Amino acid sequence: MDVVRNEPLLEVERLCVDFPGRGFRAKPNRVLRDVSFVIRPGETLGLVGESGSGKTTIGRAVLGLVPVSAGTVRFDGRDITRAGRAERRRLSQDVQVVFQDPYTSLNPSMTIESILTEPLTAAGTDAQEARRRVGALLDRVHLPADAAHRLPREFSGGQRQRIAIARAIALGPRLIVCDEPVSALDLTTQARVLELFTEIQENTGVAYLFVSHDLGVVRHVSHNVMVLYRGDVVEHGRAEQVTADPRHPYTRKLLMSAPVPDPAAQRLRREERRALAQSA
Amino acid sequence: MIPYVLRRLVSAVVLLFAITFFAFVLLTLAAGGDTARNVLGDAATPEQITQLNADLGLDQPVLVQYWNWLLGALQGDLGRSWFTSQGVTEAVADALPVSLSVLLPVIVVSGVVAFTIGLLCAVRRGWLDRTFQVLSTLADAVPNFLVGVFLATLLGVQLALFPAVGYVSPERSLYAWAATLVLPVTALSIGAVAGVAQQVRSAAIGVLRQDYVRTLRSRGLSQRRIVLTSVLRNSSTTGFTMLGLQFVGLLGGSVVVEQVFALPGLGTLAVTNTSRGDLPLVMGVIVAAVTIVVLVNLVVDLVVAWLNPKARLA
Amino acid sequence: MSTPQNPVLVPGSSATPTAPDPGRLRRPSSGALRRFTANPLGVVAAVVLAVVAVVVALAPVLPLADPDAIDLFGTLQSPGAEHLLGTDSSGRDVLSRLVWGGQVNLLGALLATAVSAVLGVSSGLLAGYHAGRFDTGASWVTSMLQALPAIVVLLAVRAVAGPSTWIAMTVFGVMLTPGFFRIVRGAVQAVRGELYVDAARVSGLSDARIVGRHVLTVVRAPIIIQCARVAGIAIAVQAGLQFLGVGDKSVPSWGAMISEGFRKLSIAPLLVLWPALLVGLVCASLMLLSNALRDALEDRGTATGPSRRRARAAAAAAGPATVVLPEQAEEGSALDTATGDLLTVRGLQVAYAQGDGGDKTVVHGVDLHVDSGEVLGLVGESGSGKTQTAFAVLGLLPEGGRVSAGSIDFRGTDLTGLTPGQHGALRGTDLAYIPQEPLSNLDPAFKIGYQLTTPMRLHLGISRREAKERALALLARVGIPDPARTFDSYAHEISGGMAQRVLIAGAISCKPKLLIADEPTTALDVTVQAEVLDLLRDLQAEFGMGIVLVTHNFGVVADICDRVAVMQHGRIVETGAVEDLFARPRHPYTRTLLDSMVEDGPARPYPFDDDVLRVPAADGAEAR
Repeated sequence: MDVVRNEPLLEVERLCVDFPGRGFRAKPNRVLRDVSFVIRPGETLGLVGESGSGKTTIGRAVLGLVPVSAGTVRFDGRDITRAGRAERRRLSQDVQVVFQDPYTSLNPSMTIESILTEPLTAAGTDAQEARRRVGALLDRVHLPADAAHRLPREFSGGQRQRIAIARAIALGPRLIVCDEPVSALDLTTQARVLELFTEIQENTGVAYLFVSHDLGVVRHVSHNVMVLYRGDVVEHGRAEQVTADPRHPYTRKLLMSAPVPDPAAQRLRREERRALAQSA
Repeated sequence: MIPYVLRRLVSAVVLLFAITFFAFVLLTLAAGGDTARNVLGDAATPEQITQLNADLGLDQPVLVQYWNWLLGALQGDLGRSWFTSQGVTEAVADALPVSLSVLLPVIVVSGVVAFTIGLLCAVRRGWLDRTFQVLSTLADAVPNFLVGVFLATLLGVQLALFPAVGYVSPERSLYAWAATLVLPVTALSIGAVAGVAQQVRSAAIGVLRQDYVRTLRSRGLSQRRIVLTSVLRNSSTTGFTMLGLQFVGLLGGSVVVEQVFALPGLGTLAVTNTSRGDLPLVMGVIVAAVTIVVLVNLVVDLVVAWLNPKARLA
Repeated sequence: MSTPQNPVLVPGSSATPTAPDPGRLRRPSSGALRRFTANPLGVVAAVVLAVVAVVVALAPVLPLADPDAIDLFGTLQSPGAEHLLGTDSSGRDVLSRLVWGGQVNLLGALLATAVSAVLGVSSGLLAGYHAGRFDTGASWVTSMLQALPAIVVLLAVRAVAGPSTWIAMTVFGVMLTPGFFRIVRGAVQAVRGELYVDAARVSGLSDARIVGRHVLTVVRAPIIIQCARVAGIAIAVQAGLQFLGVGDKSVPSWGAMISEGFRKLSIAPLLVLWPALLVGLVCASLMLLSNALRDALEDRGTATGPSRRRARAAAAAAGPATVVLPEQAEEGSALDTATGDLLTVRGLQVAYAQGDGGDKTVVHGVDLHVDSGEVLGLVGESGSGKTQTAFAVLGLLPEGGRVSAGSIDFRGTDLTGLTPGQHGALRGTDLAYIPQEPLSNLDPAFKIGYQLTTPMRLHLGISRREAKERALALLARVGIPDPARTFDSYAHEISGGMAQRVLIAGAISCKPKLLIADEPTTALDVTVQAEVLDLLRDLQAEFGMGIVLVTHNFGVVADICDRVAVMQHGRIVETGAVEDLFARPRHPYTRTLLDSMVEDGPARPYPFDDDVLRVPAADGAEAR
């Protein structure tokens, strides 16, 4: 088993992404520079950074939702950097996504059942069989079976995110790109949804590319963590090390900036951060 | 702001060229080769027809014809009527003041009234708003020439409050001029007011729900001040854009309304000359109408850009 | 979090099932039909149109007089038994001509609508879904068409193509294309950016299926509405053309009848009435139908609106009022009986008027107090009523909301007894507010300088110049690097962090006694959050203000607050000094919240036995 698990599932090498510049003949804007990493089956890589760091773009590049300017993305040994439509469709069996905003990631006019059967029927499952599987999918994300015939707006943010997770696991993927999946949720809901992610990983051996702005959340779910700053990787290592004992000054600043829920400890952290800012 | 103004100017000129080009080419091609026969009548000999075609330049390729027309138009010469040999520029110049006498007051009146009603409904809501919603739906729906017919019948003929037909030039009598305009301006304004006020109303309701309005309130500014500055300015963009769009419809509507009130404007010029297919005159009317539309929309765009800094980036 | 709870059963994670019977299949369109039939104007309009259409379609089989039979001895007859609506100036039966005339008018309108719908929808779909050259070209053609007055073009067409109704209406259909094009293109562009379309793409759906499943469902309603509008416009313009006498005169038409009636107005005033009434009725019915359809189809409560916060606020207002068990209410020291020298809130209830005339209470008797120079944290999850409480103190409750019970004592004045004007007079000078979303809280149409100086000139009575000097000093004070430039900027020209500093500068510009900050750092990056919290702490010390800080983040509470009140379901469940609360949380809900924090939890164990992690030697990555 270990031998199999150590084969890389997703390999990203020197990935660069450019966005077109604003205005006529403007120079393209490089939002990612030379990003490389490996994810193995059953592993979670956390991507942390602030707005504009490019963390979300990495996930979208892996999914083929933004064009790659340079570098390669390999899945299971296959080069998928510029996979065409047909190959992407085959890939959808293996690579799935959960987005940040549970309010816009579900079509408001479709029932939960048609949302969940969509990936199944697109993959060739016949409609009746797909509908039969909806109950089991809802059960796996701890939602009642009668949710199938309701509309997304009848659910709270946390429940919608569970529906989005159910859609992502419908085809039994090997990698799920999670783009800030708990940022829009309340504290208690966030904790429960994170539990669900871990539970699904332990049951199915799926790998996660987990994007978040929150170092604490990333520490909670990731095995490895990569820190991004304005399109560059500044630190990459084990979750324990990066989130507790960061080497790069920017990661340290990030860590020191997040307030801890303990007045005394937070006072210390604040002073430490100010000292860090003074020395910089 | 200046680059934006230049961009809008250039695109207005390009638009004008494109429209005259397509209109000229399509109309000439659609007219086919029968023009000379139509002008001379069935009794004309083939020699006469060839001669007239040569005189009118109709024997040349259509692009050459357009080029010649354009050269003339740029110097202010829109050609001559095929049937009466009247100068098109003169004919348009005679009709234009009449049409503008109706259209410009319509824009001003409907702008002022629509903004007032729209803001009032958005701020007050309640029965005032509900009444306006029903009335404006009807006013927006009924064709403005029907409103014209109604006004002419009731106020012009039955009650004889205003002259129902005819036009008096302002040089002759300013008062009579204004009196003849009351009914046509009203007929055209009612629909425009309804359309623009609805847009202003919904835009203003949207603005009143914006976060920044709450923040302005939190700074202790009064409702009246917020409505007259922030809400007015932020919703006026929508209102002016709508006014610009409405104007094209108004211009079309004015063609029919001019007939109702017997005003010798561009519409009348167009109607009398289209039945016999007098292309130079038809082109003249199109040029005049489109120029007015393009100019009005240019002004609207500039006003919107002045009011809304973000629009300047577009 | 040891027992994974079924979230539907957890109070607070409020699923509000609108379908009472979970087994019944809810068809999204059934609600639209129900809403439509509940609108009397829409139903009347639909019936009128249906009757007109059926009668006109049945013209050949109805027992009508020959519409073209001229009777020179029976001209301009009044309505009577033989001619129900009388005869025209050629002695032709008016009723018959009205019915037969409808054929030209209705079919013409149908043709124009069909042409514009087909062209506009297809080009709009293409332009919206595949941006680029087609989009640019189509948008150009559209603005060209929109600059052309339809009647002038139709007259030109008449000049070269003769008086054919069908040619005219086809051309008119083309001219009406921009309406459909813009609606569809805009909707498609909006949908294309939606995450659910990305999700469908990742699910392997082809473009055609995405358009069919996700895009068409969104534009369906606007297209139907636009069809009704366009048909109304087509009827109006066609009647106008006929009125001008340039239509096809060989068949009866409504516009020609109006024209004739108008000319014979003085002899037979009724002649103009019938066709004019009919055209007006049909046009008005189409418009009313379109409005009724809009209300029925678009009122679906979709959560795709711009502000999730607003959706959440609405959900909070509409959420079920949960019954709190007695022991839950007594546990913990929820009661705050102390009096603050700045603010004392007693038994505050906030209620929202519901559509059915009743009230929904969202804040159930809140007690709290704030002393000068004190920072009170108001903590809770979404829907807990913390923001509603803050807005009640400010007097800024959204539409429909009001304080239904309790008192808000601010320095000896009960704010609940004030008129809106009196309450407003306290804002800015005594009470101030810092919002959550920095950019949406600056007016986009005015420069930042104007927004800062106006309240100062109003409240402090200072000159424009002095206000500007003060504003520049304030901007420098809140840490904006180039105050003069920011003073002359618009909101869209500055970053979120800068905008939040501008809002803080605005809030403190008239030296308020009490500052209410509603999640002031939630929308900011964590490094900016730390700086803004430092700024708030410094300003609080400098001005000696009391602060009510609404937040969901216990880290923020630990950083800046002196005391905390924890809210759940519109009630305060626990209150106390910040050190006590973190060290000894008494209420189970507070404990749940603190346990849900993942910040200081253990990192995930690393289960792999070797390390194939390849940290790239990215050039310059370490140097940064």
